[in-house]
Amino acid sequence: MLWEVFVRSRRGLSHTHVGSLHADDAHLALRNARDVYTRRQEGTSIWVVPAAQIVASSPDEKDAFFDPAGDKPYRHPTFYDVPEGLTHL
Amino acid sequence: MDFQQVIDTDGRIEPRDQMPDAYRQTLVRQIAQHAHSEIIGMQPEGNWITRAPSLRRKAILVAKVQDEAGHGLYLYGAAETLGVDRAELLDLLHAGRQKYSTIFNYPTTSWADVAAIGWLVDGAAIMNQVPLTRCSYGPYARAMTRICKEESFHQRQGFEAMTVLSRGTAAQQQMAQDALDRWWWPALMMFGPPDAASPNSAQSMAWGIKRFGNDELRQRFVDATVPQAEFLGLTVPDPALSWDGEHHRSGEIDWTEFAEVMKGNGPCNRQRLEFRQQAHADGAWVREAAQAYASKHRPVA
Ligand SMILES: [Fe+2]
Ligand SMILES: [Fe+2]
Repeated sequence: MLWEVFVRSRRGLSHTHVGSLHADDAHLALRNARDVYTRRQEGTSIWVVPAAQIVASSPDEKDAFFDPAGDKPYRHPTFYDVPEGLTHL
Repeated sequence: MDFQQVIDTDGRIEPRDQMPDAYRQTLVRQIAQHAHSEIIGMQPEGNWITRAPSLRRKAILVAKVQDEAGHGLYLYGAAETLGVDRAELLDLLHAGRQKYSTIFNYPTTSWADVAAIGWLVDGAAIMNQVPLTRCSYGPYARAMTRICKEESFHQRQGFEAMTVLSRGTAAQQQMAQDALDRWWWPALMMFGPPDAASPNSAQSMAWGIKRFGNDELRQRFVDATVPQAEFLGLTVPDPALSWDGEHHRSGEIDWTEFAEVMKGNGPCNRQRLEFRQQAHADGAWVREAAQAYASKHRPVA
């Protein structure tokens, strides 16, 4: 079965997706991930997740799905004018 | 955004996006061929692991060959995002229905060949692969980024080993020269036929899969490598090689040799494929055992 591999490159950072691999069980998936993705000390922690278990948003409904955020620029600090000369705002 | 808009704005196509069938098929073919090249490429160098001249060279060679296996895995993974199965691609390789780079059908008859492969073959591969990190297909581009990071050690270790030989005894220098003589032309052929004879190139460029033509990349390789050969005190086996004030221009490449090796008539085509088929068959019990163990320990749902 197919596994997606996530590696934490160092303490203090999140796990990041690095690729996928085949393995018959979780234990082998972890070992293979170590050999395939961390041969040069790229990580301090590995997650493996069965690819079939990932629920993903569909690219077809991308617009409808993410649109609601599109017309809300007031959620960003750059939306607001800061009077000249003032700090700590 | 539809496919063409993404391509036109130099964006990246991701696995579940809409894409033309021909784009998908071109990528599957190219990525599979690339993955096959990585794992077949382990053979000519693997041949020297037990006979490496020192423990240092042996450790380096093991690490390099292991990297190539990893490159194969990254690339099979990228191909699978296009809806094909790795086992299927391996079957096609074993049946001789998908190709791998012609370069790996040449034999490694001396230790100097291992040095020459690192220097020239990995050097040419880097020249080809760096532009692929900007390929329009996201998973392929990301796999290439990982691969390119690892390749630079491959080239350097080869050049270092070549330097040691070319600064060594007369016999060692002769070995180095002999290896360059045999690997130079096949390395130039790695960039593929001239653009004029490469019918699919234009479409691949339009799709952003390819960023530069075969001839341009080959020229860059010649320009980069000729001074390195001079540094080593070795002679590039091309009497027509000349400097035109801007570039090192090489002589005519023997494309009939390339075509023959492509057709299966290179010195090692048979040997490489049979070895791969045998390795796959020999590994069957491991795959079965892993599967049996997993099903025995699978939590009951
Ligand atoms: Fe490689
Ligand atoms: Fe390499």
